[in-house]
Amino acid sequence: MKKVITSVVAFAVVALMAFGYMTALEHAAHKSEGEGKLDPKELIFEHLGDAYGWELPFSHSNRIPLPIIVIDDQNTPHCFLSSAVQHGESCDGFYIAHEGEYKGKVVGKNAEGKEYRPIDLSITKNVAGILIAAFLVVVMVMKVRSWYKKNGMKAPRKFTAALEMVVDFVYVGTIRPIMGKEAPKYAPYLLTVFFFILTMNLLGLIVIFPGGANLTGNLSVTLVLAVLTFLVTNLTGNKEYWKELFWPDVPMGLKFPIPLMPVIEIFGVFTKPIALMIRLFANMMGGHMVVIVFTLLIFIFGAYGVAIGAATSVFSLAFSLFMLLLDTLVSFIQAYVFTILSTMFIFMAHPVHHGAEHNEISE
Amino acid sequence: MELFKPEFGLVFWMFLAFACLYFILAKYAWPFIIKAMEERADLIDKGVAYAQEAKSHLDNAKAEADQVIAEARKQQADILRDAAKMKTQLIEEAKLAATEEAKKVTDAAQVAIDQARKESEKQLRQEVSAYALQIAEQVVRQKMADDKAQRELVEKLLNEAGSKN
Repeated sequence: MKKVITSVVAFAVVALMAFGYMTALEHAAHKSEGEGKLDPKELIFEHLGDAYGWELPFSHSNRIPLPIIVIDDQNTPHCFLSSAVQHGESCDGFYIAHEGEYKGKVVGKNAEGKEYRPIDLSITKNVAGILIAAFLVVVMVMKVRSWYKKNGMKAPRKFTAALEMVVDFVYVGTIRPIMGKEAPKYAPYLLTVFFFILTMNLLGLIVIFPGGANLTGNLSVTLVLAVLTFLVTNLTGNKEYWKELFWPDVPMGLKFPIPLMPVIEIFGVFTKPIALMIRLFANMMGGHMVVIVFTLLIFIFGAYGVAIGAATSVFSLAFSLFMLLLDTLVSFIQAYVFTILSTMFIFMAHPVHHGAEHNEISE
Repeated sequence: MELFKPEFGLVFWMFLAFACLYFILAKYAWPFIIKAMEERADLIDKGVAYAQEAKSHLDNAKAEADQVIAEARKQQADILRDAAKMKTQLIEEAKLAATEEAKKVTDAAQVAIDQARKESEKQLRQEVSAYALQIAEQVVRQKMADDKAQRELVEKLLNEAGSKN
């Protein structure tokens, strides 16, 4: 009985999420219809992109105001709420551009009256999402920590146990087998990366506040993560690692006079984090996009008549529901993949002498 | 396409958020969590090893107890067998002693009987010889009334003695 109730509740939650996407898009679609035409591309990127202010459910025009922080060309910081510029007003000479190069961004006018983009440090929807995710990670991990402080060796229960299981899965199941003795040194970074990505991924799947921000599906976010892994890899890399890069153990013809292998190796140093960045970004953005596209199909086909729209909505809802469930899985998998690859890259930057390496393996 | 263009503000905040998150968790959480989890894993491993050892001890104890019981049974059987053997031996010995005693008694009786018989035989012989002598005296007295007869008898006796020799 309990199982039935749980599955019904879970189903209802997921269905509500799909429904949430639908209503959010419906308002947008209505707005566009008023202008005469539905522009799916714009709608999709509006939902995937960043914004000043956080949309409330069932309302496209009411947004949670968020602070806008800009530094103008005179190096003067300005700070005001997004509600001040939301409907086309200007505040301190700044307004949101509706077209042109800086469409959708806060811009100002310089002395010559030309539009320019100030240094924008606003707490946008995505920044707020990142901060919320970071806060949630701290709360969750500290919960596990305080459990051990209070209860010592006792096994945790409920949510703490679930978290501990994930920590165990990542640390004992992945980081330690790969890194061995070096694991405790790099585990804090890798575990932080994993939990941060996982939380951001899952938050992105929840339609309403505090979720709904497409965080890991944004290149800026994955760029930071990839750069951090790149830095950790290369700053901790030992002598052997650099030697392998510039003077690898290959026949002389491959590295002198034309440094073929070194070029490939150095190229690989940069492609690894780039692959990390693109993989996470593309997976998460793709998932979000597919859900939105399936939902948008209702409005696209709805234009041809009520019956077609109704028939489409059944399939669309079913498919977007399926995609949301799949995205939940992908959220975990991508966080895990990012972590395991970072682990591999960092570990590979600490090669030991070949003889010693074989000994270690045989042990 | 802002999604594909890194946004300075977002990168800045993301970096800041991640840095704060990392320093908080790396300082206060992860090392403790990892240590606690590993300690607990060790504890569980030790517990399992201890339980296995205890179980093997227990199993051994049972085997030992079984062995002791089996030995006791064997001893019991031995003792019983010894007792039975001793019993039969005792009975045999008693029987033997009794027969010997009985034999002694019968031998003594035999001797006594023999003696008595000899005695009585001797007495009887004496009496019989006395009677014979008396009878012979009377017979001789009657017969020896005349000399002729006496001579004849002497002759006869001498003949008899001579033929015997």
